[in-house]
Amino acid sequence: MIGGLFIYNHKGEVLISRVYRDDIGRNAVDAFRVNVIHARQQVRSPVTNIARTSFFHVKRSNIWLAAVTKQNVNAAMVFEFLYKMCDVMTAYFGKISEENIKNNFVLIYELLDEILDFGYPQNSETGALKTFITQQGIKGQHQTKEEQSQITSQVTGQIGWRREGIKYRRNELFLDVLESVNLLMSPQGQVLSAHVSGRVVMKSYLSGMPECKFGMNDKIVIDKQGKGGTTDEPGKSELGGSGKQSIAIDDCTFHQCVRLSKFDSERSISFIPPDGEYELMRYRTTKDIILPFRVIPLVREVGRTKLEVKVVIKSNFKPSLLAQKIEVRIPTPLNTSGVQVICMKGKAKYKASENAIVWKIKRMAGMKESQISAEIELLPTNDKKKWARPPISMKFQVPFAPSGLKVRYLKVFESKLNYSDHDVIKWVRYIGRSGIYETRC
Amino acid sequence: MTDSKYFTTTKKGEIFELKAELNSDKKEKKKEAVKKVIASMTVGKDVSALFPDVVNCMQTDNLELKKLVYLYLMNYAKSQPDMAIMAVNTFVKDCEDLNPLIRALAVRTMGCIRVDKITEYLCEPLRKCLKDEDPYVRKTAAVCVAKLHDINAQLVEDQGFLDTLKDLISDSNPMVVANAVAALSEIAESHPNSNLLDLNPQTINKLLTALNECTEWGQIFILDCLASYLPRDDRESQSICERVTPRLSHANSAVVLSAVKVLMKFMEMLPKDLDYYGTLLKKLAPPLVTLLSAEPELQYVALRNINLIVQKRPEILKHEMKVFFVKYNDPIYVKLEKLDIMIRLASQANIAQVLAELKEYATEVDVDFVRKAVRAIGRCAIKVEQSAERCVSTLLDLIQTKVNYVVQEAIVVIKDIFRKYPNKYESVIATLCENLDSLDEPEARAAMIWIVGEYAERIDNADELLESFLEGFHDESTQVQLQLLTAIVKLFLKKPTETQELVQQVLSLATQDSDNPDLRDRGYIYWRLLSTDPVAAKEVVLAEKPLISEETDLIEPTLLEELICHIGTLASVYHKPPSAFVEGSRGVQHKRLPPRAGSGESTESPDVGQSGPSEAPPAVIPSQGDLLGDLLNLDLAPPTATVPSVQPSMQMGAMDLLGGGLDSLMGAGLGAAPAAMPASLGSAPAVGGGLGDLFDLGGGVGMPTGSYVAPKTVWLLAMKAKGLEISGTFARRGGIIQMDLSLTNKAMSVMTDFAIQFNRNSFGLAPAGPLQVLTPLSPNQTIDVSLPLSTSGPVMKMEPLNNLQQMQKYRKEGFLFSSLLEA
Repeated sequence: MIGGLFIYNHKGEVLISRVYRDDIGRNAVDAFRVNVIHARQQVRSPVTNIARTSFFHVKRSNIWLAAVTKQNVNAAMVFEFLYKMCDVMTAYFGKISEENIKNNFVLIYELLDEILDFGYPQNSETGALKTFITQQGIKGQHQTKEEQSQITSQVTGQIGWRREGIKYRRNELFLDVLESVNLLMSPQGQVLSAHVSGRVVMKSYLSGMPECKFGMNDKIVIDKQGKGGTTDEPGKSELGGSGKQSIAIDDCTFHQCVRLSKFDSERSISFIPPDGEYELMRYRTTKDIILPFRVIPLVREVGRTKLEVKVVIKSNFKPSLLAQKIEVRIPTPLNTSGVQVICMKGKAKYKASENAIVWKIKRMAGMKESQISAEIELLPTNDKKKWARPPISMKFQVPFAPSGLKVRYLKVFESKLNYSDHDVIKWVRYIGRSGIYETRC
Repeated sequence: MTDSKYFTTTKKGEIFELKAELNSDKKEKKKEAVKKVIASMTVGKDVSALFPDVVNCMQTDNLELKKLVYLYLMNYAKSQPDMAIMAVNTFVKDCEDLNPLIRALAVRTMGCIRVDKITEYLCEPLRKCLKDEDPYVRKTAAVCVAKLHDINAQLVEDQGFLDTLKDLISDSNPMVVANAVAALSEIAESHPNSNLLDLNPQTINKLLTALNECTEWGQIFILDCLASYLPRDDRESQSICERVTPRLSHANSAVVLSAVKVLMKFMEMLPKDLDYYGTLLKKLAPPLVTLLSAEPELQYVALRNINLIVQKRPEILKHEMKVFFVKYNDPIYVKLEKLDIMIRLASQANIAQVLAELKEYATEVDVDFVRKAVRAIGRCAIKVEQSAERCVSTLLDLIQTKVNYVVQEAIVVIKDIFRKYPNKYESVIATLCENLDSLDEPEARAAMIWIVGEYAERIDNADELLESFLEGFHDESTQVQLQLLTAIVKLFLKKPTETQELVQQVLSLATQDSDNPDLRDRGYIYWRLLSTDPVAAKEVVLAEKPLISEETDLIEPTLLEELICHIGTLASVYHKPPSAFVEGSRGVQHKRLPPRAGSGESTESPDVGQSGPSEAPPAVIPSQGDLLGDLLNLDLAPPTATVPSVQPSMQMGAMDLLGGGLDSLMGAGLGAAPAAMPASLGSAPAVGGGLGDLFDLGGGVGMPTGSYVAPKTVWLLAMKAKGLEISGTFARRGGIIQMDLSLTNKAMSVMTDFAIQFNRNSFGLAPAGPLQVLTPLSPNQTIDVSLPLSTSGPVMKMEPLNNLQQMQKYRKEGFLFSSLLEA
């Protein structure tokens, strides 16, 4: 298991050092600094073995978190734990920075003592932790016996992510369907790979211990319901139910509150949500993706010292919708000496430090088209190596889910308190963003 | 909110000031002072001098302060065992506290203090806490048993804690169950045969129930434990699989990977014609692909594991090639791993896409990545015959770019392509020869020379080309020298008239001017062959070479099986068995996949037919390169099982090491692409030469006479051998190898009756006489002995080569220890 956990600043000075196992000595702290942080070359692996000791590291801005072990630990678990550790710290004191870590080092030690015991991760849900690890530290004395046992039963209980007795005057929930659409397209416009990775983020402000059920236009569910109906043929089932077309989900993963065995057997998503904001599910789709934009590049080499670039972008969604924050990044060769750009819409600039022409458009409606053309002057070089021609990348945000996912319902049941599903105010929002959206040129 | 100020105290006399503050009456000031102490401790300053003062602060109602003091205690108790006793009372009192959080805190901290006297006091409170009414205390106590076991295993057994821990598996609280499972698994690892976990269908059922209810971490502990269970039959296996599959949708990647491990292992027991088997295969692909959308570090772990899974069951991901395409801003470690998997998944169906991608990658910036991409193109050519032509033309395009390292890499792989498809693509040789001058890496030079020698009859100026290399013969690396020697001999056999002078020149360079034994030996063999029987020489040197196999870098099957049992763990990231990087008894235990369902072969064979050659048992050459990597990177490796199928050529490589020819071992290692192994190596006389080497050097194992003797290092720790500590080194005096040992008695009683026995090792080292320890060894006494060794014992290849395993015996109890022989 994890033998020790160290946090360093960008210089390699140790800010937090907690050793859990006897086989990890103080020299491990230095070994990592010397061999990884101060290493001359770029880090080639997130796992490093130095003198039979394994170091796992992640970086957050310029802070290094390293877990150390001498055993054959579960490597995936160590990284998951490090991410979780970052989440917990962020939930307690905001951004992970040297300043914040130094200011909260006592708290961090307290957290580390709680969420890692002899190197075994323990309950690390911030909701639960915040009930008894507080920055006051004296809470222990003022608690009644009931409160104490409530804390411990929550920390160890089946519903470790939610405490009892939450009350809201207004029961409200927000669902955000956040998708990032990824594309790799060949210069000829052939889709080399495309997928959507989506997340359903829920903010719940609900009283008591509500039982929730979430439904979406999952093809498997819709088809099953279609078959259950009297006349629907499998092909027509898309029109039944919510009247929306269904989507094929390649794979999905859920927050630990979701009953996985129920999903496996009935494909229904039921859970008791944590209080506040959390990620309910993640999913991935590859079929019938709506690609919001298409990029058509045209690069022509005119002699050895000039390049002509023309890029057309086409928006491909309902004309009534607006895409925002559109940015097209056209890479330029390293020996570029000057660039002239003309664009029909938005603003375009050559950024020498980034070796790219950056074209920004604030808004663009669906089914429109826009174009940029540029002339790139090159310095003559003897460099035999050809310019690698990195792909043209794009960023944008659209108010729909490119996967086609739709929320069908989110039902809330709380039998002990007197509010019903109808009393809960529900909000649903769809945001599609570009992930890695690239077209080779 | 300005705790950062504690980090900036660097004044002199600081300790003195802190001491005063710690003894202050004001609570706030005390707390401030303790914080400063902890900050100094973090930065690595020694604040142990403040021990009594800090411990005095322990008696407090303030939980935050208490936790800080505990933190200090855990760090320094070991260095001040006597004073640490002062803390015992508070601990014992806290274990009785009304607040379960405080009870748990006390038992948790006490377990982290590795002082014998405190440990004694820990037993009673721990016993109570294991039966505490509060689950939070019980789950903490469960882990504490593992802590105590690490400090004093005997005590844990004597006190009966193991039984209590086993009872906790049936606890009503899932988290207690999970922690008990984790603790038991850890303890079981150091008692490989104890059957401590005692997994039976009932306990398995309990674990599977707890699996649905506990935290994500608990699920990992339970799944990892489940993976070590061996179901009785395929029905039990299937029912466990059915209950584990829902975990594949967990948000935590570690839960997913551990579930994959259980499924991959238990699947082995399912008959392949079972419907469920197919369903399971289908269910495995999506979650594996989803892992690739995790953070880059996790992607890396996932990719290393997918690499194993693809080798074991290529059918799972065969349609998922696209997800392994490299993204422009993937971190380099992710890119390199993806590339590996792309090649493994390459097949006739997707080769066009793969090639297009690889060509794209070959123009990227990162040198390692580009090289690997070029190499990958060559591997595709060898793997998918239909694509060979396209691959070769792609490689030629790349050579035209004249980017130095691309050209070199391309030439190395083209040589392999020639070996796979002889007499097909030789037309490109002319293009290759144009780039002769730009080659500066040994591997590329050697490859080019091999090509020139092999096709000497078709290259008009072959003699000129080879002659040009000959000028700087002594500056070349061994790899190139050996190739050059062979190539010129080949040339001579093909065109004897014009090249007589050349061959004599190279033979004299190799035999007279070189002090490399490999080169000399090979030179002499050729010389004698040529001078006694040129016809035989022709038969030997120009013999038809066997075609190289499809895949050369597969993991050797038994290792692969073991690694499959370690999915998700470090072993699967390193692609090495745990014994290669874990010290001591932990993890040395080899894990095995359960035996295949049905009568083995009969169920296996139809499948082989289906999925083509990729499933056929590949003839894998255990990569010596890896072995060497072990030797260099990891300073000490405990013994592992012998490499199962040692081929003659590898044995030779092993003997080369004896001659000090580390270089040539490397050469042979890289020769895992068998083409690098020159023809002569496979032929009989060469083997004879290699053996000759061994005999010559038989007496010369170890160091040159009268040279450096390595300082003694500890070979056996006292705690592992009931108090007997052994350190030692190897020396050579008057031509006799001696093992110098220091035996220290760290136990409480007198030790007598010592004896020593050597296990079989790579050098045949054995004691030449009995171990002479005259006096009984009294406590804390150290005795030095020298044991003369002979090399007449039985030989067995060890990993690493210079690993030596010995059994030290006293009072009828044997302790195995191992040491590295430094050559």
